[in-house]
Amino acid sequence: MHELAICESVLRQVLALAERHKANRVGRICLTIGPLAGVEPHLLLNAFPLVAAGTLCDRAQVEIEAASVRVECEICGASSVTKPNRLLCATCGNWRVALVSGDEMLLRSVELFETTPQQYGSDAYV
Amino acid sequence: MCEICGCPGDKDAHVAGQILRADNGKQIEVLHALLHENDHQAEHNRAHFDAAGILVVNLMSSPGAGKTSLLEATIRELSGRLTVAVIEGDLETENDARRIREAGAKAVQITTGNACHLDAAMVHAALHLLNLRGLDIVFIENVGNLVCPAAFDLGQHCNVVLLSVTEGDDKPEKYPVMFRKADLLVISKLDLLEAVGDFEPDRAAAHLHYLANPAPVLEISARNGAGMASWIDWLVKEHEVCQHFFYDSMVHSDANYPHGSQVHA
Repeated sequence: MHELAICESVLRQVLALAERHKANRVGRICLTIGPLAGVEPHLLLNAFPLVAAGTLCDRAQVEIEAASVRVECEICGASSVTKPNRLLCATCGNWRVALVSGDEMLLRSVELFETTPQQYGSDAYV
Repeated sequence: MCEICGCPGDKDAHVAGQILRADNGKQIEVLHALLHENDHQAEHNRAHFDAAGILVVNLMSSPGAGKTSLLEATIRELSGRLTVAVIEGDLETENDARRIREAGAKAVQITTGNACHLDAAMVHAALHLLNLRGLDIVFIENVGNLVCPAAFDLGQHCNVVLLSVTEGDDKPEKYPVMFRKADLLVISKLDLLEAVGDFEPDRAAAHLHYLANPAPVLEISARNGAGMASWIDWLVKEHEVCQHFFYDSMVHSDANYPHGSQVHA
């Protein structure tokens, strides 16, 4: 449900970037979202075209890279990949671990295009 | 090649007689938080509250876990000691704000309509409706929802998550994003524990620990007052921390707000 609000935030950031770089079309928008960010990637992908309609982003492709949940044990120092609801050290089983990755929600990169005014001869338009 | 006019772009790139040259596209590295705007507003809110020396507590839970009842009891317990105000997030009604006012505290209502969470801009609008002078604690009663509110920083100093005994002790396992954010877990409606039968507070605490969250767990009944004393102690201690930070930051501009185990050792 809050994915729509997140899309609006992404859109505002991307449009500001496009303006700064004098671009008038946006290509790929790359995001990184961890399972502990509380955002469902497929809902975000469904919601984005709704907020982007009629803007420079209306043909943008959103790509989401999923981050894995990784913790580092504060007791034995081991690093493990875990499930989002079981942040335990895979080596010693301790729950006193620090989350290294898995809660990120990042706008990684944006592909911007600028329109080149380039008229073709009338015979090119069939 | 564009199938409309034969120009070197693709059909989608064809805009009003102009083509977009794919080769002039550029990749901009950003690495910004998706909620950068909200986070920025939240920091601004926190600065407002810090400048006034006010502790701000974001109260989150599912609908009906007893947030308003806990606040009513808290306002009565703190009466004469600390001055409390409440920013109320409610979908449609003013009922909760009215209950808070009847209990003796100021309340500002944010009617969220269909929105499923509060964001920092809503809280900012509300805080300017409060006279911050003379306040000690501001509670933000978030929209009842265990999913969406967890993603939005509001400018609070701590998150308190309520879990009522009627909901089941495995809620932290089901909603890890929310329960990971808790600085304190309150198990509410303790007076119903026996009637419910299968809720084990220790199991709820264990599920919280499985999220690598060392937050303390308090068992409370706002109705019969059980556990209220330790909740009030927790609040008073957090408020003292806030006050110390307030004075420290007047002397050292780089003072860091202490959290969690640094406070409740």
